[in-house]
Amino acid sequence: MKMKSNRSFSLIIGLVILGAITLMALVSTVWLPYSIENTDGGRLSPPSGSHWLGTDKLGRDLVSRLMVGARIALSVGFSAVVIAGVVGLTLGLAAGFAQRWLDESLSALLDILIAFPTLLLAMLIVAARGSSLTSAIFAIGFGMSAIIARLTRLLVKRVLSKDFITASRASGTSWTRIIVIHVAPNIWPTLVVSFALQFGLAGLAEASLSYLGLGAPPPNASWGSLLQEAQATVMTSPIGAIAPGVLLVALVIGVNLIADGLRDIADPTLRRTR
Amino acid sequence: MNILEIANLDIYSSEGKGLVSDLSFSIAPGARLGLIGESGSGKSLTALAAIGLLPSQLKATGSVLLGGESAQQMLGSSERALNRVRGRVASIVFQEPLTALDPLMKIGKQLSEPLKRHQKLEGQSLQHAIIDALNEVRINDPARIASSFPHQISGGERQRAAIAMALACKPTLLIADEPTTALDVTVQAEVLSLLDSVVSARNMALLFISHDLAVVGQITDSVVVLKDGVMVESGSLHAIMSAPKHSYTRDLVINARLLDGALDIAQGKG
Amino acid sequence: MLKYLIRRISFLLISLALASITLFLLLRILPGDPANALLPVGATPEQIKAAQHEVGSDLPILIQFLNWIKDLSTFHFGKSIISSYEVAPEIASRLSLTVPLTLIAFVIAVSIALPLGFVAAYKAKTWYGTILNGFSQLGIAIPVFWVGIIFIFVFALKLMVLPSGGIPLEGWSNFPGMLKYLVLPVSTIALVMSSSLTRYVRSATLDVLGSDYLRTSRSLGSTFAQAMRRHGLRNASAPVISIIGIELATTFVGAVVVESVFALPGLGSLLVQAIAEHDYPVIQGVLFISTLGVLVIGFLADLIQRLIDPRLIKSSAGGLQ
Repeated sequence: MKMKSNRSFSLIIGLVILGAITLMALVSTVWLPYSIENTDGGRLSPPSGSHWLGTDKLGRDLVSRLMVGARIALSVGFSAVVIAGVVGLTLGLAAGFAQRWLDESLSALLDILIAFPTLLLAMLIVAARGSSLTSAIFAIGFGMSAIIARLTRLLVKRVLSKDFITASRASGTSWTRIIVIHVAPNIWPTLVVSFALQFGLAGLAEASLSYLGLGAPPPNASWGSLLQEAQATVMTSPIGAIAPGVLLVALVIGVNLIADGLRDIADPTLRRTR
Repeated sequence: MNILEIANLDIYSSEGKGLVSDLSFSIAPGARLGLIGESGSGKSLTALAAIGLLPSQLKATGSVLLGGESAQQMLGSSERALNRVRGRVASIVFQEPLTALDPLMKIGKQLSEPLKRHQKLEGQSLQHAIIDALNEVRINDPARIASSFPHQISGGERQRAAIAMALACKPTLLIADEPTTALDVTVQAEVLSLLDSVVSARNMALLFISHDLAVVGQITDSVVVLKDGVMVESGSLHAIMSAPKHSYTRDLVINARLLDGALDIAQGKG
Repeated sequence: MLKYLIRRISFLLISLALASITLFLLLRILPGDPANALLPVGATPEQIKAAQHEVGSDLPILIQFLNWIKDLSTFHFGKSIISSYEVAPEIASRLSLTVPLTLIAFVIAVSIALPLGFVAAYKAKTWYGTILNGFSQLGIAIPVFWVGIIFIFVFALKLMVLPSGGIPLEGWSNFPGMLKYLVLPVSTIALVMSSSLTRYVRSATLDVLGSDYLRTSRSLGSTFAQAMRRHGLRNASAPVISIIGIELATTFVGAVVVESVFALPGLGSLLVQAIAEHDYPVIQGVLFISTLGVLVIGFLADLIQRLIDPRLIKSSAGGLQ
């Protein structure tokens, strides 16, 4: 009982954080305190009544830039997870149903992909296709798909080994029906937890790429780019280097808490780090 | 002086739920007591309490005296005091030998731990003692088993090794918590008969825990029946089997008899 | 064992082959003709042809690929398109900074994580156990470069006790100087890595603390400390060692990013610069070396794990099942 309330607590806090950031992002699509082109605020001015968190080195309002950053963080996280999910699920399902040599080759392929750090892979793809938001999204998405694929394979194999599947097959159910009715409901809860975690990791990866100058070009700057800009002027205006970081950490912690909260509901038997 | 003297034992979960209520029984030296109950009846917890290994989140009150003459109170005592009696006065064999043994250590090495501690053996004599111990539990090819890891040997061999480890301490009381439940049916009878003979040979007292009255009946003289943490009946095996007083006991006896009857028929004695 | 080694090494070689093919495709084919990087706008056909010949893109793809493989295996990475220096020696020199940076940070992170993780598990119910658990959860949420920026702000700019970036001109021959300049970068990486490692150590320790074999050992008369020493340590290290390969690779990536934070002339900053400038020979060289490093580390880590865990010795399967 105590465990359960801990979990719901995490889930609620996580949802609140994610909700707040989503709100920021959504609002930013229709309204910003100041346009991000607006450089009238005076360079690196401190927080004030008109500019709640001050301005950046070109005079742009920090709060507005943060809100735009929220939009980017969420869309990157979401899109990357969608890509990782689509590619990962396909590969994972294929591997899960495959036998012997096909399964082994696919697993080997997945192991190779997983061994390769996502950020390096992302840098490779950005190098090939140029820095843009879409390159970053694709790169991160592909990098994460291997993890989803391996998890899917594990879950599918586990479900397939269960007796009720054999029973279904024995009574003549087609494979398609089995997938839809038996496999899918058994694997999606754990997958959702994994997606939540990957969402946070995607956000971090994108922030690193932007920080290195390999992400979306300004002025549609993500929090990572904001941090890169703010580093040079951190003495004069520390808030510029702190606020984007805090939001980024909050986002990742938020989705991690959600993932934690969903875990027990999803699959208490799956071996996991506590 | 009784080897084990349990009086008014209460065990509570961390949320205050009663797991065992007002349990009292005792075991004389050399005597054999069966503790019967289904899952959740508190029998395993009683075993752990007897050896002072109750999980720390559980609370226990009452008295658990282990050791006869210079008995040690097993509830609420210091770790140091408990350590002196664990293994020496009483030792325990658990239900699942695969998890009860260290997966990364060879059987022989695990066996050497109690042998070294309680018999102070080293070097060659230690090696001989390991082989002897494995022979005593009727393991074929003890040398191979001693140099194997738990996952490399069968369930029956694992449990025998675990029994050997418990015996290496030369305890006066052996506690066996469902020792045959996790084994293949064919192996169960062998391990049961093994326990019977080693306990006799060494004149040990035995606390045998099970959910199966038929099994308990083969190896003990008296029985305590537990239901939901409460003792509902106790007495000699003969009395329980022939004239059970509590309805729960009656059900157990009927089921055991049914099994016996079925076996008789199967063996052509019907 | 032999079967496993053969399998694992062929796995390694295949991975390397796949990585090379991928690099080749992504960096030579997809961005269009690499010769374009050498040409000004509005080049004449003769200039284009000359550039193509220089880069080798006038040859058939297969020949290009074979040349590429030949070059890679001899570590001939060619010359930088932008600045005409030899890539291979430059990479070697950069490695002399990145490799120590990664290794030192990793060792420190492990030394911190082992005791912290153990305490976090053993004292999980206390207030400081909970704090440690929070610390380990936080670590995977914090971007390493942000920690670096904050360190610079606090230690270099506000307190002014450490330099905010760069390295001494003399490099490693000025050993004390180097150490001073590396304190902040190493601490940044070590802090973040130690928190994620603490998570693993804590989890492994919790498993051991709740294990049946620990209980068996105590039932035979061991004290808790004896049982932990005899059984706990080994069993707790097994899962930790299994992730050490990945964590080392992650540390390397952390170093790559941190180099940009502290303006360190390591492999990471070389890569970032090369990507920005479309300097393909350099990008190829760096990524190949990084891939090689990651794969070899993974192979060694797997090998060590097998040597330690007897449950895996007989099985010839690769990777996690």
